[in-house]
Amino acid sequence: MKKVIMGNHALSYGALLSRSQVIAAYPITPQTQVVELLSEMCADKTLDAKFIKVESEHSAMAACIGASVVGARTFTATSAQGLALMHELLHWASGGRLPVVMGNVNRSMAPGWSIWTDQNDSLSQRDTGWMQFYCASNQEVLDTVIQAFKVSEQLAIPSMVILDAFALSHTYEVVDIPDQAKVDEYLPPFRPPFRLTPDDPHAFDGLTGPENYFELRYKLQKDMEKAPALIEETGQEYEKLFGRRLRLVEDYLCDDAEIVLVSSGTAGYTARVAVDDLRQNGVKVGNLRIRVFRPFPFEAVRRILKKAKKVAIVDRNISYGHHGIFYQEVKSALYGGANGRPLFGFIAGLGGRDITPATFKGIVDHTLAHDQAEEEIIWIGVKK
Amino acid sequence: MKKEKKMTVTLPLEEYAGSGNLACQGCGAMLAMRYVLKALGPRTVLCIPACCWAVIDGPFPHSSLSVPIYHCAFEAAASTATGVKAGLDMIGDTETTVVAWAGDGGTFDIGLQALSGAAERNDDIIYACYDNEAYMNTGIQRSSATPYGAWTTTTPVKFFKDQPKKDINAIMAAHRIPYQATASTSYPEDLVKKTKKAKGIKGTRFLHIYAPCPTGWKSRPEDTVKLGRMVVQNCIFPLYEVESGEKYTLSLKIKDKKPISDYLKLQGRFRHLKPEEIQTMQEEVDRNWARLLKKCEGN
Repeated sequence: MKKVIMGNHALSYGALLSRSQVIAAYPITPQTQVVELLSEMCADKTLDAKFIKVESEHSAMAACIGASVVGARTFTATSAQGLALMHELLHWASGGRLPVVMGNVNRSMAPGWSIWTDQNDSLSQRDTGWMQFYCASNQEVLDTVIQAFKVSEQLAIPSMVILDAFALSHTYEVVDIPDQAKVDEYLPPFRPPFRLTPDDPHAFDGLTGPENYFELRYKLQKDMEKAPALIEETGQEYEKLFGRRLRLVEDYLCDDAEIVLVSSGTAGYTARVAVDDLRQNGVKVGNLRIRVFRPFPFEAVRRILKKAKKVAIVDRNISYGHHGIFYQEVKSALYGGANGRPLFGFIAGLGGRDITPATFKGIVDHTLAHDQAEEEIIWIGVKK
Repeated sequence: MKKEKKMTVTLPLEEYAGSGNLACQGCGAMLAMRYVLKALGPRTVLCIPACCWAVIDGPFPHSSLSVPIYHCAFEAAASTATGVKAGLDMIGDTETTVVAWAGDGGTFDIGLQALSGAAERNDDIIYACYDNEAYMNTGIQRSSATPYGAWTTTTPVKFFKDQPKKDINAIMAAHRIPYQATASTSYPEDLVKKTKKAKGIKGTRFLHIYAPCPTGWKSRPEDTVKLGRMVVQNCIFPLYEVESGEKYTLSLKIKDKKPISDYLKLQGRFRHLKPEEIQTMQEEVDRNWARLLKKCEGN
């Protein structure tokens, strides 16, 4: 069924069709309509879910964590200051391996107060262990919520579905709302292998010493590394059922492009318009829209940018004292290996595991013994 | 033949709190957990934020309790418990009792917003605060539950805490929750009775449990039970219930109200106090007691 809906309502429909069981949310401009529509859906039983009207975003994420750990599918949505208030609990959700799905409307951080879009709110959460999907249309917002639940639940990693303030959140577009039966076929009920229950009592997420913490983080990264393939695979499966392919990146006229633009969010669609115009004037330009930022789509970015003479990266964000964040991420993807002098990346000492002179000696020995790094991450002292 | 005398069993015999835990000697928080679980039984889920009990239970992958625990963020005990309850309801488990189990710092201070939110929504959880009157797990820093006069590492004797303890029960009563009660680990039958009563009620229930801490109070471990009795009998921590924020009932009538000085003497945290400061404390206790008796009138 096709409907003309706003981006915020596309999130609500995504949560509805995914049969979210617990929703805990707090209002913030420009996210508010997401939860308004969901509360109506819960009130008139269109959606069989508990809607917890919490007193803060911190409590919203805490309630989602509590509901998820007992085995309920959970959804929330927020923006900017609200996301920042959740920060501690974003680590809690991912560290606890809970597949919460959250919509985040990209809004600039205060001060000064701003309700308009940029990406610094979500990119400030880059290292919290959440997958991040940046959407370019209302259709993609709805589709991504459904896909995010599927990927999150398979990997036990939470997902953030991100849309630009106003450019998507309040803009009405035609959206194909899939049949519930087909969504059910795509997304089976949430049945986690471990859950908090008196039937099999265990303590979850307690004090974890240096002898175990490192391995838990290693496993989170290893599962995050499985995500790109799974996102492509579930994106193809989505295409079979719904006719829309969901990919890590979207490349537009990049094959023969001398200049490739790299963009994300709605700017990614705007860039396509510019590419069409420029091509008519004979400029060989293409656009690479990064849809999935975490996990970073290294392979796709390298492959698509391989032939480009120049790459122009557009960041609607900044890491103060560094660069635009997509710029630094793309640079890091292209550097190393054949693209520059060899770089070796080591991870050591998580959770208080000792880093000793011997650790550094091992690192130097490894570096001396290899012309190039064989892996992007070389784990030092992890028990595999 | 001599007639066999049977001991009267006044507490449930089942144990859900095991040995091998990491509690200090004479820990009141340990007793609080043991009695509360005896009352609640095995179909219980605990949400424990940062507090002594985050450690007492034992490190990953161990647990000394035979009920499941979710270790949650410091300020999020109530909201996590709310989520757990909603999640259990949605997967068809409406029987399990969901308990937020937090210390005084996690309740009176950093967790107060989430607790107030849950109470205002009347979420169907039991919130139990074991009160050892300071941040004991981080090494004895003052909280808003620390009483007037007490030494802590952030209220040194030259600058001891000169504000009274926050009246958390008045705050909870203002939320008109269906049930709240104070309890002391030295009156286990009363604690078990109140916990069972709380279990049978729907909505937000609040238990405020006095839990002596020899490590933080500089008291002798063997005095834990004694202190828990004295604090009730001198009316610093009276035992009472409040229903719907209005109906106050005393659980233990005090005929011979004791002075607070003997109680203070057993704790190093009050050793520096001068007689006039003790007098100030006594007057505050007397005022609070009179106020409580007034609220209990007619019940």
